[in-house]
Amino acid sequence: MDFLNSLLVQPFADMFAAPDFLMQVLWEGLVSGILYALIALGFVLIFRSSRIFNFAQGIMVVFAALTLVGFHEMGVPAWISVILSLGVMFVLAVSIERVVLRPLVGQPDIILFMATIGITLFLIGFGELIFGGENKIMITEELGIPTGEFIFEPFGGFLLLEQKDVTAVVVAAVLVIALLAFLNKTRMGRAIRALGDDHQAALSVGISLQTIWVLVWFIAGIIALVTGIAWGARAGVSFALEVIAYKALPVLMLGGLESITGAIIGGLMIGLMEKLFEIYWGQPLLGGNTETWFAFVLALIVLLFRPQGLFGERIIERV
Amino acid sequence: MFYRTSGQFKTSYTADMALFPVRQDAILLAVILAFAWVILPLTASEFAFQTLLIPILIYSLAAMGLNILTGYAGQLSLGTAAFMGVGAYACYKLVTIMPWMNPVVAILMSGVFSAGVGVAFGIPSLRIKGFYLAIATLAAQFFLVWLFEKWAWLYNYNASGAIQVPTLEMFGVTVAGPTASSHVQYYVVLGIVTLMTILCINLTRGTLGRTWKATRDMDIAAELIGINLMKSKLTAFAISSYIVGVAGALFVFMWRGAAEPNLFDIPLSFRILFIAIIGGLGSVLGNYLGAILIVGLPVILNTLPETFGLPISSATVEHLNIMIVGALIVFFLIIEPHGLARLWALIREKLVIWPFPH
Amino acid sequence: MMDASAGYVTEDGRQIGGVLMEMKNITLRFGGVVAIKDISFDIREGEIRAIIGPNGAGKSSMLNIISGFYTPSEGGVWYKGAPRPPMRPYEVARMGVARTFQNIALFEGMTVLDNVMTGRLTHMHSGIASQALWWGKARAEEVANREKVEEIIDFLEIQAIRKTPVGRLPYGLKKRVELARALAAEPSILLLDEPMAGMNVEEKEDMSRFILDVNDEFGTTIALIEHDMGVVMDLSDRVVVMDYGKKIGDGTPDEVRNNQDVIDAYLGVQH
Repeated sequence: MDFLNSLLVQPFADMFAAPDFLMQVLWEGLVSGILYALIALGFVLIFRSSRIFNFAQGIMVVFAALTLVGFHEMGVPAWISVILSLGVMFVLAVSIERVVLRPLVGQPDIILFMATIGITLFLIGFGELIFGGENKIMITEELGIPTGEFIFEPFGGFLLLEQKDVTAVVVAAVLVIALLAFLNKTRMGRAIRALGDDHQAALSVGISLQTIWVLVWFIAGIIALVTGIAWGARAGVSFALEVIAYKALPVLMLGGLESITGAIIGGLMIGLMEKLFEIYWGQPLLGGNTETWFAFVLALIVLLFRPQGLFGERIIERV
Repeated sequence: MFYRTSGQFKTSYTADMALFPVRQDAILLAVILAFAWVILPLTASEFAFQTLLIPILIYSLAAMGLNILTGYAGQLSLGTAAFMGVGAYACYKLVTIMPWMNPVVAILMSGVFSAGVGVAFGIPSLRIKGFYLAIATLAAQFFLVWLFEKWAWLYNYNASGAIQVPTLEMFGVTVAGPTASSHVQYYVVLGIVTLMTILCINLTRGTLGRTWKATRDMDIAAELIGINLMKSKLTAFAISSYIVGVAGALFVFMWRGAAEPNLFDIPLSFRILFIAIIGGLGSVLGNYLGAILIVGLPVILNTLPETFGLPISSATVEHLNIMIVGALIVFFLIIEPHGLARLWALIREKLVIWPFPH
Repeated sequence: MMDASAGYVTEDGRQIGGVLMEMKNITLRFGGVVAIKDISFDIREGEIRAIIGPNGAGKSSMLNIISGFYTPSEGGVWYKGAPRPPMRPYEVARMGVARTFQNIALFEGMTVLDNVMTGRLTHMHSGIASQALWWGKARAEEVANREKVEEIIDFLEIQAIRKTPVGRLPYGLKKRVELARALAAEPSILLLDEPMAGMNVEEKEDMSRFILDVNDEFGTTIALIEHDMGVVMDLSDRVVVMDYGKKIGDGTPDEVRNNQDVIDAYLGVQH
C-alpha cells in the first residue's frame, strides 16, 4: 500500500501542495523541451531531404558552440564570432556533402547512418584537437544575452525564470517560425519538403539535389549553433553536451522522423514529462538521474501501442 | 593460380554443403588456426596479449553477436554495450554468490541472463521497425547503464560502485583476477571464441540463418511463406544477446579486470557496431577483420609518433586517433559499403580466375 | 451448375475434384473505402482458377485475404470444408497455401538456392541445438530438403543460376525463382499474383508452360490473378471476374467471354 501511495498519490499531493514549485519544474522542462525540439528539427530536415538519419546532429551542436567560444578566445568580437561560426558551419555542410554524401548516394540507410557516426567521431577528435577537451564557458554576456532573473510570486510562492532561458525560448520560437516560413513560403523550402515525398518530383522543380543537401546541412548547422549557445549558457560548453542530442532521438520516435510539427510537440512533451517524472517519481522513488532513460522508455511504450508514432497516419501494409 | 578451384568436383549435396567446399579455403583456415593456437601464444609479448590479441578476440565475439541481430536478422541495435554489461554483472554475481563455480561455466551461463534481457528488449521489434527500433534499443542502453549504477546489489554494495574481478581458479590454474597470466586468459578467450564461432557458422548457414535472412531482406514476404516473424526476431535477439553477454563477461573477467557502469556506455556500443559494419554485415569472418582494424589501428597510431620521434603529446595522439578512426569509417564505407569481408570475397573471386580478368 | 462435392471434367479431359477452398460473402474495408464487396466463389481441387479484372478491381486484396495477409471485414474463408479461424499469414502458409508476388518479393541478399530453400522452411523442424552443431536431425534435414529443392530447380530449368545472388538476376528469371520458392513448399494451393506482369511474349509463354506443367505434374491447385485477359483465358479452367470490388462474372472462359457485364467492364462502359 505504501508503495502504491508513493507511486500514485504522493506525487500529485506534492504538486498541489506547492504549485509554485510545480510551475518552476514545468518551466525547466519547457526550456529543455524547446531545445530538444530544435535538435529534433535538425534531424527531421536532414531525414526528409536525404533519408539520412544524421547521428552527427548532436556533435554539431557542441562543435558549433566550441567554434564560437574558440573564435572569441582568439580576440574576435562576439558578434563577429557568431558570423564566423556560421561560416564554419557552412564550410562543414559543403564538405560533408562533397566528401561523404555524394560518394554514398543510393547506399542502404544503415550505411549512411554509419557514415554520420563516422562524421561524429571525426568532429569529436577534430574539435578536441583544436579547442581542447575541457569545459568552456559560453560567452553569454558578450553576446548581449541578459543574465538576470525574473522573479514571480504565484500562489504566494516563488518562481524564478532565468533571463537567459527566457531568451533561449524566445530565440528558439523565432527560429522555428522563421524555419516554417522558409519551408512553406519559399521555392527552396518547398523543394526541401517535396523531397521528402518524392525525389523525382522535387528535382523537376529545377533545384539540384546537391544544393538542397548543402542547404539543409547548413540549416542544421545554424540550428546547432543556436542550440549550442542556449544550452551552453546553461551548462557550459563541452563534449558532455552531446548527451542532450541523444534526447532528440526519442522525440523523433514520438513525433516521427519526417514530421516537423511532431518534432516540436514531441520535444516539448518529452522535456516536460521527463522533468516531472524525475522530480516527483525519479528522485523520491528511484534514486534519481532518471532523465538519462525516461524519454526513451516513454517513447518505446508509446510506440508499442501506436507504431506510427503520435502524429503519423495509420500504416496500411501492402504486398 | 593458388586459388584455382577447377578439378574439385562435388558428388553429393553433403559435399557441396561442406563448410569449405574449396580446398584452399580449408588450408588457409588451418594456417590461421595454427597461428592463433600455437605460433602467436609462443611469440607474443605481454603487451601484444593485452593490447591486441585478447581484445581483438573479445571484440570479434561481441561484434559476431551483434552481427547475428543486425547483419543476419536485420534488426539494428545500438545497445550492444549494455548487453555486454548484463553479461559482465551476471558473471560477477554468479562467481560471488557461488565461488565454487567453474569460471568458464560461469562465463557461459552469464550469457543466459543477457539473452533474457535481450528478448525482453526485443519484444518491441515485433511492432517497431528500422530506425525507430534502433532508437528503441537505446532505451535498453541508457536504462541498463543507469540500473548498473543505481542497483547496489549488482556490485555487492561496493563503496566504489565498480565491480572488481576476484581471483578465480580452474583445475588449479588461476584464470581470472589480478594474478592470472595473459597466456591462460588468452587460451580461455580463444577457446570460447572458437566454440562460439563454430556454432554461429552452423546457425547462420542452416534453417535458422535462412529464417533470419528472409526476415531481414523482406519481412512481409517472409511471413507469407510461413516464417513466424516473432519467433525469428526473438531467437535472433536471444542468440545475439547471449553471445554479446558472453563477450561482456570475457571483456571484464579476462581483460579489463574491473568495470564501472560507464564502461558499458554508448561509445562501446558504437565501437562494436563499427567492427560489425566495417567487417561486413551478414558475415562471420568480417567480425574478425573489423576487430583487427578497429582494435589494431589505434595501437599502431599510438606508436607511430614515437617511432618517428615526433614530439606529439599523448592527448593529441588520442584526439588524432578518434579523428582518424572517424575518417576511416567514412572511407571504408565509401570504398566498400559491404565491408572487409566482401572485399576479401572479391579478391578471392579474382584469385580463382587469375590470371584471366573474367 | 456443378455439384459442390463431385467436381467436373475440363475441356481437355482432366478430372477436377471437390471444393478445396471457398470464399463466402467476403467484404473488405479500409477505413471508409470498400475494397471488396460481398464476393463468394470457390476453388476446386486440381483446377487452375483465375481471378481477373481491371486495375483497382480488388484482385490483389482478394489474394491477400486468401493468404491471410488481410482479414476480411465480413465473411470468411472455408478450407477443406471447415471455416478457417482468424490466423497469421505464416499459419496460413503452413496449412499449405503458397504464393508469389506481383512486385517480386525475393530475398535479395541470398542466393537462388537459399531463396528456394526458404520455401522448405515449413517442412523443417530441427531444434536450435541440432542446427548449431550441424549434427543429427538438422544435417539430415538439410540434405533431404536440398534434394527436394534440386528437383524443383531442375523442373524450372534454373540449375545454372543456383548459386547466383538473386539481386543480380534479370526480371524474368526472378519471377521463375519466386515460383520455385513457392513450389518448394509443396503447397496444396498455389497463389500467383500477376505471374506474367511486365513480361515479353516469350517469357509469358515460358511462364504459361510452367504453370500448366506444375498443375499437370504435381496436381497442384492454382489460383492466379491477372489483369490481362488474353493469356488467362487459355490457361484457366474457371474464371472469376471482378470490377470495382464486386464480382461481375464467374464461369468457364467461354461463359465469361460472352458475359455482357464483363464485356462492359473491359470496354469501359460508364457506371
